[in-house]
Amino acid sequence: MSFTLKNVQLEDGRITNVSVDGQHISQVGSDQHGEIIDATGLVLLPGFVDLHTHLRQPGFEKSETVSSGSAAAAVGGYTAVHPMANTMPVADNAGVVEQIQRLGEEAGLVEVQPIGAVTVGLNGSMLAELGTMNASKANVTIFSDDGKCVSDPQLMRRALTYVKAFNGVIAQHAQEPRLTENSQMNEGSVSAELGLAGWPAVAEESIIARDIMLAELTGSRLHVCHVSTAGSVEQIRLGKARGVQVTAEVTPHHLLLTEDLARSYDPVFKVNPPLRTQNDVEALRAALIDGTIDVIGTDHAPHPIESKECEWNNAAFGMLGLETAYSIAQLVLIDSGLSNWSRLAQVLSIKPADISGLTGQGQQIVAGAMANLVLVDPASVTKVTGGGQSLSENQPYLGMELPGQVVHTIFRGSFTVRDGILNGRA
Amino acid sequence: MKLQHLVSTTDLTREQAIAILDTAIEMSKVNQREIKKLPVLRGKTVVNLFYEDSTRTRVSFEVAEKRLSADVVNVSAKGSSVSKGESLKDTVQTLAAISADIVVMRHGSSGAAQYLAESGWFEGAVINAGDGTHEHPTQALLDAYTLRSRIFGDKTGTGLDGLNIAIVGDIAHSRVARSNLHLLKTLGAKVHLIGPPTLLPKALAVQATTSHFNFDEAIEEIKFDAVMMLRIQSERMNAAFFPSESEYSKFWGLTKSRFTRIGDALVMHPGPMNRGLEIESIAADSPNSTVLEQVKNGVSTRMSVLYHLNAAEGDLS
Amino acid sequence: MTSRTVLSSSDIDRAITRISHEIVESNKGTKDLVILGIPTRGVWLADRIAKSIADHYPEFEVEESLGRLDATMYRDDLSINPTKAVTPTDIPKGGISGKTVVLVDDVLFSGRTVRAALDALNEFGRPSAVRLAVLVDRGHRELPIRADFVGKNLPTSLDERIFVRLNESDEENSVVIEG
Repeated sequence: MSFTLKNVQLEDGRITNVSVDGQHISQVGSDQHGEIIDATGLVLLPGFVDLHTHLRQPGFEKSETVSSGSAAAAVGGYTAVHPMANTMPVADNAGVVEQIQRLGEEAGLVEVQPIGAVTVGLNGSMLAELGTMNASKANVTIFSDDGKCVSDPQLMRRALTYVKAFNGVIAQHAQEPRLTENSQMNEGSVSAELGLAGWPAVAEESIIARDIMLAELTGSRLHVCHVSTAGSVEQIRLGKARGVQVTAEVTPHHLLLTEDLARSYDPVFKVNPPLRTQNDVEALRAALIDGTIDVIGTDHAPHPIESKECEWNNAAFGMLGLETAYSIAQLVLIDSGLSNWSRLAQVLSIKPADISGLTGQGQQIVAGAMANLVLVDPASVTKVTGGGQSLSENQPYLGMELPGQVVHTIFRGSFTVRDGILNGRA
Repeated sequence: MKLQHLVSTTDLTREQAIAILDTAIEMSKVNQREIKKLPVLRGKTVVNLFYEDSTRTRVSFEVAEKRLSADVVNVSAKGSSVSKGESLKDTVQTLAAISADIVVMRHGSSGAAQYLAESGWFEGAVINAGDGTHEHPTQALLDAYTLRSRIFGDKTGTGLDGLNIAIVGDIAHSRVARSNLHLLKTLGAKVHLIGPPTLLPKALAVQATTSHFNFDEAIEEIKFDAVMMLRIQSERMNAAFFPSESEYSKFWGLTKSRFTRIGDALVMHPGPMNRGLEIESIAADSPNSTVLEQVKNGVSTRMSVLYHLNAAEGDLS
Repeated sequence: MTSRTVLSSSDIDRAITRISHEIVESNKGTKDLVILGIPTRGVWLADRIAKSIADHYPEFEVEESLGRLDATMYRDDLSINPTKAVTPTDIPKGGISGKTVVLVDDVLFSGRTVRAALDALNEFGRPSAVRLAVLVDRGHRELPIRADFVGKNLPTSLDERIFVRLNESDEENSVVIEG
């Protein structure tokens, strides 16, 4: 297929035409050929890359499948996602990761790059076959026990060291288990009033501090998943200043929502790590802008209705995120006036692809690059209603109006989403 | 403003709280007659939905409901996780389908009563009989009634203004402490929280008039009108909130010595008591102890709550 | 909207005196008489009636014969109206069983308050007879209830309103119709 996106704005502000032939960008400039698509008012960015998502397949297909999750991702402007390993069976061996990758190829909407577990069955005690997963067709480079913390310091040290052999990276879900037994929400004045067991910030910060020191000792790459507190930001800042190879990720919900939402006792707001204070939200936004936090990862966590329509204590942790992530990024980086499109492209696309080592994703918009692209309309508004692409409905922004809208998503030169509608669907 | 549910003591204005206490006086007279019956809830169906065991509270509610001529149904729903049994939603919708008018619920999850009241699964009134560690509003009301009647007799229209009340023990995990803290303040009393630092969260301490880790110092500084002792559970000891029962009672128990030093202050306890741990028998059995009256007043207070919840929209007349 | 006074202060006094005599006459004396006022204004009227009886018949002991009966909890409209405050009920020491109880209220209208009062009374014993004394009977009965002693019969229309004022709780004594 050939087409030209006419009058589109690039991340540096230039308005120009961009042509795509087959799977690649053929030209950036004045030429127009093939189907001419009017992109006036739209901004062209490299297709988004999510380093942290839950596709639930195999094992929890009621909540989401690789196919439905891919659809949600495409609608959100993503051309690549990294599904976490807490499936059933756990993605701790070559067989499962290859299966997940194949399911992604069959769905054909985004590049599905599986994340492998650090430990067998996420049991936290025995290393999984990291090398074999890396050498498999799935070519796994990111390993995480997300959902659980690799809390044993000796095991974390071994894992960090071992993956150096193939330039892998350990992505830690920082949660000291003993400090968070049966925790339900952020520990603070709200949790004391509501009578819900608290989750102290230090449970996250102490693990991050420890892991940064371990990464420094071993000379390894460390990625910190879903950073949620100001104290964690401080730890990461110190680590980077010392030259440690640490990268950090923040979710869209931690950039917007706070613990006060728990006052309704509505479990749609129950998430791990929990929603924190306004002070934390501001620290995370500032860190995303100044580079202390490198990427936005959605931590898209679909759950069936019965796991969310019940008493708080019995509800599952997690919120949807793929279809609303871009709007929140626009709110924090562009509409605030505090950053720019280049930074937005970095955090949503370029840096995640870099951390993962994905070729063809998160690239500069130049002739010859693989055409994984997204076009957004920053002037329009997204009204969040139910009935998105995800099979689940645990949407925390229901009824809200978020800025901006993803208009077209282009995956390897083909439109997966056209005018906001998933290709092939009504 | 009508009281539609009683989920939290923060739902009650001072006027509403005093009205409930005043009506409870009349209800207590009914409880002393030969024929202990009023037609207030005649033809109404009240369901006691208890997810946690509780003989005391459930029996108290049941007697209150029957004295008001309600049709009472007791549902004991053990096993709170969705995987073990029927979900809360299904249980409640079943009750709605049989036209229950009022649901009295005790549940192990904080917020369960509020969640139920706002869910839209059920159109009648919800009374929170204890939700996790969050609130137990009728307990606070019967405690306030007990205090008021001991100190001010049958006087109506009055609150608890200026009284100094100590709440001692495991404040962090106590729904009785939270409910009492709010209600006593609403009624004008000064609340003083006392307990070990591990069980006295700062967020609650700042809502009280004063808070103390040292029981003896508190007794020195403040002339208490009443001392409310909370039950301490041994699970807390196993989770390292305090090292041993003997150390706990040494520092925070109502010992014989402390009992003497609080003079004629009332001694309260929501029950059941751990005699010898948080409270000595000499205090529990003294004339200043209100433990048994609290139980008795529970029925009248709950009858009053049911009476007030039964009415329609509009101000108290 | 017009307003006219149908009973002045002295009219009320005369009515009270007459009712007291009628009560004693009908009871053939003051023995076993119990006067119970229905709150709020029935209580003041009962008080005046009891004192008037005592003035004319010294063997009548007000202390032993006067009380009040709150019928709020026996009303048939509790769940369709806003909460009503419940006031104390005070039955004289000798109880009501075997006695002639005279219920006293200010206005007799639908009759539902009196029905509730009869139910409330039931809980305290078994009177040998129950009579009803009212200051004003304004008609429009919804139940088969009749007053035995009436201060004034006042046919009214439903959109008229009657205001009874007694100086124990209001600043004057009068009965006024507005409509």
